[in-house]
Order: sequence, then structure tokens, then C-alpha cells
Amino acid sequence: MEIFIPLLKAFLVGGALCAIGQVFIDYTSLTPARILVCYVVLGVILGGIGIYPMIIDFAGAGATVPLTGFGSLLAKGVKEAVAKDGLLGVLTGGFTASAAGIGAAVFFSLLGALIFKPKDKS
Amino acid sequence: MAQRKGKYTIVFDDPPMIKSSAAIGSKKEAQGPLKHIFDVINEDSYFGQATWEKAESRMQQDTVTKALEKGQLSASQVDCVFAGDLLNQCVGSTYGLRDLGMPFVGLYGACSTMAESLMVCSVFLEAGAIQRGVAVTSSHFCTAERQYRFPLEYGGQRTPTAQWTATASGAAVLEKGDCPPFIRACTVGTIEDLGVTDANNMGAAMAPAAAMTIKHFFEDTKTNGDNYDLIITGDLGKVGTRLLRELLLQDGYNIEHAHTDCGLILYDMDKQDVHAGASGCGCSASVMCGHFIPLIKSGKLNNVLFVATGALLSPTVVQQGESIACIAHLIYLSSQKEGGRV
Amino acid sequence: MAFTPEEYNKMSQKASPNSKSYKNIPMAFLIGGLVCALGQGLMILYQNAGLEKDTASTAVSVSLVFLSVLLTGLNVYDNIAKVAGAGTLVPITGFANAMASPALEFKSEGFILGLGAKMFIIAGPVIVYGISASILYGLIIYLFRLY
Repeated sequence: MEIFIPLLKAFLVGGALCAIGQVFIDYTSLTPARILVCYVVLGVILGGIGIYPMIIDFAGAGATVPLTGFGSLLAKGVKEAVAKDGLLGVLTGGFTASAAGIGAAVFFSLLGALIFKPKDKS
Repeated sequence: MAQRKGKYTIVFDDPPMIKSSAAIGSKKEAQGPLKHIFDVINEDSYFGQATWEKAESRMQQDTVTKALEKGQLSASQVDCVFAGDLLNQCVGSTYGLRDLGMPFVGLYGACSTMAESLMVCSVFLEAGAIQRGVAVTSSHFCTAERQYRFPLEYGGQRTPTAQWTATASGAAVLEKGDCPPFIRACTVGTIEDLGVTDANNMGAAMAPAAAMTIKHFFEDTKTNGDNYDLIITGDLGKVGTRLLRELLLQDGYNIEHAHTDCGLILYDMDKQDVHAGASGCGCSASVMCGHFIPLIKSGKLNNVLFVATGALLSPTVVQQGESIACIAHLIYLSSQKEGGRV
Repeated sequence: MAFTPEEYNKMSQKASPNSKSYKNIPMAFLIGGLVCALGQGLMILYQNAGLEKDTASTAVSVSLVFLSVLLTGLNVYDNIAKVAGAGTLVPITGFANAMASPALEFKSEGFILGLGAKMFIIAGPVIVYGISASILYGLIIYLFRLY
């Protein structure tokens, strides 16, 4: 049961964040790319004002895996970097915090593209 | 010489005939109800090539070769080929026809290109500028996706109004003669734009162009929907079909009993996941060349209007906020060389 | 046929079917939730293996990115996404798919201007506006000494 509760929390909160995204897709003319940008920027704002970290405390991966979590991570990184390096940290914080995710996406995509080929849809 | 009738319509004195025609499709087309209309089905949508663009070129080349073969002709006996497709710089046609050594006129009318190429070829024939011509177009799902929408492996959801670009090609060989079907008249479309901006709702964007061209033809020839066995639109799909019928009804023309749309019949609308229907130049080209032209040839259909519709958009202008300009060209096909409706 | 664009817009909206939200939203919730629960499962696994919380969280992201790129390459991700909608768009797996799919697609135009340049055509804006928002945030906390 101890394992089950955090999984359930992650499922519910993560699912809810996705369902909200789907509402935007279905009921507004926002394109998916715009919705993602909104999620990230919203994550930075909510992370910056300290609300998102509370959601992360509650839901764990349910809050860190959606792109709002990515935004919140950027804000957290900047905050730490500014505290450590001052003005320079403003520029370095975001990339430092997101380096692993972006680095992985870039490199794995490169590898993937070398190995695989796109296929027709059915 | 061709005569002008009314403001928009060209009537041919000595109507060109369609000597032979051919259609090629791929896997998804073979799973649909019109499987039997294709001369060749290539289950491999790469058509044995390394890239999607090469695949489309190959498909178009094969279609022309097949149409010529069915007419017992060789490429050297063709005076001019009129071809186009959906790709930038019409590369599907240019590279597909590169090796055939035929004089080439490249056309762009988006999904209206089959009617456009038949029309231009007919006028060349009527003017005596050529003795024999070929009209051909193609579209490929994968080339269209990567140029107009998203990479194939991108995880996106299609909206219910979206249409599925057919991987298909159709070609027709035209010359002077006495075997049906004959191209009796054509109406050059006007560019219509009622402000639709949703590139996932091409049917709605194109319906006004089809309605306008059909209306022009009816007015010019003083005919109406009752005078034709069939009025075939290109790829309006579910949404566009409904809108076209409504628009024409407002003008007092009821075409419902005679109207069909290639985009509605190429795929199984219930079982194949194509949302509002098929689209692409290859959709109307293959359905006409593989299905309806043979039906007119065999006398099962006598007076047919073919109205191919095209959305003349590019991703660039749509991103700049432009609405979708559309066009529709009309071809009047008949099993009779004389008489009839014009 | 004298329609204004506004009139025609009404007509075409009537003729156009709406998205099947009654199906789309629950599916987005279900699959998006499962992706996050998978992330949480990995998180617990990595923490049990002795990783710090932050490191484990990063490792989860990297794992999910890897999985997403793999499924993209195997031509599976787009088929899941067709059903899941935002459920596979909003998690970090959607971000990875948005980078991997153009990389695969545009490899045919070469490694530099195809694969390399076009990798960012969909995901690029997320980085541009995410990083820019974080820099603005950083400036604010720097100027007002909020850190």
C-alpha cells in the first residue's frame, strides 16, 4: 500500500494536467505547440511563486513529468543559480537545470534517427 | 475552334477523347471499397525508393507508363504531358516524368490539378497545337504530411474535419477521335475565399469554389443538376459535400440526387480512420481515371461533370494569418461526341 | 451566393463535426496519468537504488525521454498518441517525440540541414519560451533580491 499511494497520486495529478491539455485542444483553436509553450511558461511562473513545488511535494512524478514540471524546474534552477552566481545565474540557471532532459532528447533523437526510418501511417 | 459559352465556359467544337487511362494506389487505397479500380496496387508506400518524394515521382511515372501501355502507345508518341502535384515546385511530376523525354507543362492547382490538366490538354488539342497529350497528377500521404503538416512519427491527433491525403495517381491519354468518353466543355474556376483559416478543414474551405464553378457552368449552359447522370466533385469530404449542396441550394440548384464526391468513396468512411474523407490530387485523379472514365467509356454513364477542387494554400501564408484561397475547375464529360448539354 | 465570411463561418461550423471530447478527455487523463505513474514508479525504484531525490527525478526524465524516442523510432508513439491526445503530448515524452520525429523524418535531407536543423521545428518554441521565461524570472528575483 505504501507504494500504491504515491503511484495513485501521480496518476491522478498527471492525468488531470493532461486532461486539461485535451480540453484546450478540443475546445480552443490553440495548436498543440502553443499549448506546450503555455504549459512551460505557466510552469515557470507557478514554480517561481512557489505553488508548483507544493504540487510536486504532493504528486511527485505526476507534477514533474508533465511539461509544467519542466517549467518549474527551469525556475528552480534559475533561483539556485542566482543565489550562487548572482547576475550570471540568471542566464545559466535554466539551461543548467534542464540540461539532462534536453541533452537526452537531443542525443537519443540523433541516435534514433540514425537507426530508424519513418513509416507510412495506416 | 473552341467556343466561349457564357462568361466562363469553353465548349469544344471537335471534342477530344480520352483514349486510355490508368490509376495506381497503395496499401490504404487497396483496403478501401474501390480496390478494384486500380491498375496497380503497390503495398509498399515507398514504391521501392529511398525517400517519400522519390516514391511519389515513381508512382506518377508508373501511372503514365501504364496509361500509355493501355493505349498501346509509347512516350515518344506523346506531344505534351500536362502534370502537377501537391509538392513544392511540383517535384513529384518533374522528377517522375524526367526520364520519359516528353514535352512537359507543369501545373499547380492543388487538388484541382486533374481537372486543370485535362482542361489545358483539351484546349491544346482543340487548338491543333498537339495531336496527343497526357494529363496526370499524383499525391502521396507521406510527402504531403511532411510538407504541409507534421513528421510522420509525430504524435498528433487529427481533428474530425481533417482529410486523409490519398497515396494515388491517375493519368489519362487524350487525342482527337471518335471513341468515348469525350471532353465536351470545361469551366475555368475563379479563386474563391470565404475566410476559412483552418487548414484542417479543407472541405469547408473548398466548397464555395466548387459551388461557384458549378453555378457558372449551369448559368453558361442553361442546364441544372437534372441534366447530368453524375456530378463528381474532387475531395470535399463529408463537411465540404454538405456545404456544397447547401450553397447550391441557396442558388436554386438541387444536385443532391446526382452528386458524389471522390473523397467520400475512395475509403471506407466507417472502418478506415480517415475522418472527413480522402483528399489530394491523387484522390480525384485515381477515382476518375480508374473508375468513372471507364464507366463513361462503357456507356454506363453518359453525361458527367467532374469538378476537382483545390485549396491553394501554403503553410507559409497560413502561418501569416491568410485564409485559404480555393479553386475548382469543371470538366463536362460525355459518351456522345455531339448533342448532349452544350 | 452572396455570403459574407461571417455567415459562411456559421454555416461551416454547423456542418463540421466536433471533436469527440467525451472520449478524448478521459483517454488523455488515463494515458497521461499512466505515463506519470510510470514516472513515479521509476522514481521510487531509483530512490530505493540510493539516488538522491533530485538526481532520481532527473533520471526519471531521462528514462522517459529514452522510452519515448525508442517508441517513436519503432513507429509506435504516433499510434498511441492518436488515442491519447494530450495524454502523450503534455508529459516529457511528448517533448521527446517532438524532437525525435522530425529528426527521423528529415534525415533524408541530410545530417546537418535535415536531421540537425529540423530537430527543433516543433520542440524549439518550448525551449525558447521556457528559457526566456526563466531568464525574466531570474532578472526579477535578482533585481528585487528575492532569492
